[in-house]
Amino acid sequence: MTSSATVRRGLLLLPALAIILLLIGLPLGLMGWVSLLQKGGSSGVDWSAPPSIGNYLRLVWEEDFDGTMILNPTYLVIFLRSVAQAAVTTFLCLCLGLPVALWMAGLSKTGRNVMLLLITIPFWTNLLVRNYAWLIILREDGWTARAVNAVWPFGPVQLLYNDVAVAIGLTYSFLPFMILPLYSVFEKFDWRLIEAAHDLGATRRRALKRVVLPLVMPGIVAGSLLVFIPCLGAFVTPALLGGGKTAMLGNVIQAQFGSARNWPFGAAVSVVLLAIMLVVMTAMALWRNRRAAA
Amino acid sequence: MNLRRFPATREVSIAVLAFLYIPVVVLTAYSFNANRTATVWTHASFDWYARILTNPSIQAATWNSIVLATAASIAATGIALMAALATRRAFPGRSTTESVLNLPLILPEIVVAVATLLLFVSLGISLGLGAMILAHTAFCIPFAYLPIRARLDGLSGSYEEAAQDLYANRFRTFRRVTMPLLWPGVMAGFTLAFVTSLDDFLTSFFLSGPGTTTLPVYIFSAIRAGITPEINAISTVMLLISILLVSLSFFLGRLRR
Repeated sequence: MTSSATVRRGLLLLPALAIILLLIGLPLGLMGWVSLLQKGGSSGVDWSAPPSIGNYLRLVWEEDFDGTMILNPTYLVIFLRSVAQAAVTTFLCLCLGLPVALWMAGLSKTGRNVMLLLITIPFWTNLLVRNYAWLIILREDGWTARAVNAVWPFGPVQLLYNDVAVAIGLTYSFLPFMILPLYSVFEKFDWRLIEAAHDLGATRRRALKRVVLPLVMPGIVAGSLLVFIPCLGAFVTPALLGGGKTAMLGNVIQAQFGSARNWPFGAAVSVVLLAIMLVVMTAMALWRNRRAAA
Repeated sequence: MNLRRFPATREVSIAVLAFLYIPVVVLTAYSFNANRTATVWTHASFDWYARILTNPSIQAATWNSIVLATAASIAATGIALMAALATRRAFPGRSTTESVLNLPLILPEIVVAVATLLLFVSLGISLGLGAMILAHTAFCIPFAYLPIRARLDGLSGSYEEAAQDLYANRFRTFRRVTMPLLWPGVMAGFTLAFVTSLDDFLTSFFLSGPGTTTLPVYIFSAIRAGITPEINAISTVMLLISILLVSLSFFLGRLRR
């Protein structure tokens, strides 16, 4: 009985695990290997090259004419900008998402369901189309640009193709990722705790800070992670709303696998992106364990 | 005093809703603008919709998108249904299995897309619709799996026990009892997988190869060539389809158990 159940479970799981391991696990492993090779050949990769960490070194240093290695800030700047954009976006999503999740949790059942649907819809609609809508709003001859320039005292400004436009686009793209986990924490929140805090003489502000915030921390961390990670790998938003000077890691990867056609170098950038993600997720897991132990 | 009400949260929420929906409204409004320069409003018209209906590249891209989304979401839903049934009860390694199944949700899509491109090219698999269906099936699995699992978790096992007590065999129990109860979850999962595949841009962008554009890939290259009212119209159609399908899935997920 037990063994036949195990066999049946294995057979049912086989297609899903096989597809994910073959079409996601295997490609990622291959990419790790290719990041150690050199470009060349018809497929873009010189498979016979001896593995080296040259592509990773190229992220930071480049060879000068006389063969010495000098610092090349190009990719470091893009790397730092990606992390900064992801951090700013996460912060903005938190500032906007916390009040929304808090408000939603206090609504009637119908109100909560309606809000849940309204917050979920953008999450499922086309990311490309939603960023394109901002392209229309912010473009040079649009009414927003004219309105801003009418009141802006320091000469004409361009709203599009800068870091601010990318931050707006990223916040717009990933805000639901912050609101939904926060809401799920607030929904389960025991509001009598606040009542108790008030009975003990705490002000609204103090109750929020000392009672609510510590209890919703897991939601804040989960939401931040869900915003930070996709932001770091964003491609569509910087490609549409950012200009040439606002490239992020995703744009570098796309360029290396497209026009620049240096697949091994693109693979190295992708591995770096995965590594940052892994570090962030491990830090969160450690934090969770410590919290659970405390 | 209502303890659940916090000052200014209502105002911020309304502002956030406006932030989320104004771009959608602006895009839709512009798609009905008769003027080609798109910044000047002349009068409402359906010209651009008529034009996208007769544009052969949009027709081809639409067809590719529909075939891709249908094939990938049917495959993903079938596979996810099997996986959901297998992980219904606790077993050693269940949480690891679930993490593997949900991998596509946490990995940055661009990394998975270029890695898949690398794999297909090095194995000599030609790019195009077939390659896209394979890759889309993989990342649609968690989107189909999660609603089915949620539905299964809400099902009490007593109906199935009753069926087996009445001498229904395992297959008959599944077909006559489990499946009918599970059906809304399966449909919700299928719809979400379909929307995810239909809206996907990055994976298709890298795996489409020459000649097989999907609608999002077409829209991206069209935007790169310059903003036109046709893009507004086709984008509005895509938004509308997603909104309808997601609302449908939302209500399916909330059907009486």
